[in-house]
Amino acid sequence: MGLEILSLPLLLVIWQVLAMAFPSRLFPTPIAVAVELWDLTLHGKLLVDLGKTLLRAITAFVIAMVIGVAIGIALGRVRWADRLFSSWVVVGLNLPAIVIAIALYIWLGLTETALIVAVVLNKIPLVIVNIREGVRSFSRDYDELAAAFRMPLGRRLRLIFVPQLMPFVLAAARTGLSLIWKIVLVFEVLGSDGGVGFRVSVFFQFFDITGLLAYTVAFILVVLAFEYLVMRPIERRVLRWRPAQV
Amino acid sequence: MATGPGIEIAIRDKRFAAEGPPLFADLRLSIAPATVTALVGPSGVGKSSLLRMIAGIDTAFDGEIRVGSKTARDAPPPGFVLQDARLLPWLTAIDNIRAVAPDIADARARELLDRVGLHGAADAYPHELSGGMQRRVALARAFSVNADLLLLDEPFVSLDRLLVDELQALFIDLVEHERPTVVLVTHLAEDAVRLADRAVALRGRPAQIVSDLAFSVPRRDRSAADRAQMVTQLAAVPVQVMG
Repeated sequence: MGLEILSLPLLLVIWQVLAMAFPSRLFPTPIAVAVELWDLTLHGKLLVDLGKTLLRAITAFVIAMVIGVAIGIALGRVRWADRLFSSWVVVGLNLPAIVIAIALYIWLGLTETALIVAVVLNKIPLVIVNIREGVRSFSRDYDELAAAFRMPLGRRLRLIFVPQLMPFVLAAARTGLSLIWKIVLVFEVLGSDGGVGFRVSVFFQFFDITGLLAYTVAFILVVLAFEYLVMRPIERRVLRWRPAQV
Repeated sequence: MATGPGIEIAIRDKRFAAEGPPLFADLRLSIAPATVTALVGPSGVGKSSLLRMIAGIDTAFDGEIRVGSKTARDAPPPGFVLQDARLLPWLTAIDNIRAVAPDIADARARELLDRVGLHGAADAYPHELSGGMQRRVALARAFSVNADLLLLDEPFVSLDRLLVDELQALFIDLVEHERPTVVLVTHLAEDAVRLADRAVALRGRPAQIVSDLAFSVPRRDRSAADRAQMVTQLAAVPVQVMG
């Protein structure tokens, strides 16, 4: 602790000083942005936009995790499947996100479904790779233990398979989330009827930097809240058996 | 107090590959109830395989192994102690016991942990326990699954001498209290003469019983000289050419 507490305030102070040193309509101070944020929350569409974006991000996240984990386990366990499909995963990993989105918008129209499918397709290969490596790293020692004590399949899955998989699911969730936060906005700019990305593109047309930054701050607050109130507590709970990291 | 079952081993043929010499051919061994039998031999001779066949895990062989009145595969799972503690690191000590013995009464699980000297450590995670304490949990876990039949596969390798002495003393206490049938696999004759009532030495391929010694002196009364003599007896076997 200690210094970490000062980190974000320091950033704000530097921003404030710079904005005061170079006063311009296109470089607002953090105070002006905070006022705008308050105003947009009370009188604008900020909460509605945030809600839309969050809903899209979380829907895409859940779908991508479920499908990615399933495929990752399959490729990690079934050798021929991995040999047949691992090149697909590499292709998927390297397809430009924007290409997937545009293609889907063309095929499916500027719809909610197209947007979510585009995000899901972008994230799945990442999850697959994480989970596949995880499954491959499983220790045969525990299988031997389960065999020695004749543990039935259900108990093996619950006590040996899932606990070994969880750290990799969490890692996949973490890298996946940071990807999703970014591309959801890009895809919203490209084609949607609302959401943070949509509003950002409107601000762009009016050169409204203050509004843009207000939305950015609101979005970052949501991401931070998610990190500290959801992800970290889950990680602490799931990985509490691990020796404390020094 | 439980008393372990007898074990009747009659293997006609056991091999891993279709070609090549079998691991066992016409191996017969009869183990008396509530005794400690050590299987001694060089690594690769098939001791661990034999243990897994007695455990009913490996059933791919021609012949029969009976544990008590049942075949090995139908007999209740034995308590197994592997070469390392092999605890599940995400479970506490007592949950490691429950993982393999889900129906165990809480009081019995705690009693077993107390018995191995781990009073108050039931809720500790493995990384919070020393190596020796982890082995103790593994021993308690084996007893919790089956206090009648205990199979130990090189349980004292890669430990320092002090820890081995400590664990062996604990093992003797437990065995004398619970009276299980024990089959102990070891490559060290010293372990056998300390712990066992009988030592069976295996050599060659297919593995043959090259010596079978019942120790007349009870294990607690054996002097260092007794043990040295027993080791010599076990080793005094005409060396057979492999294959």
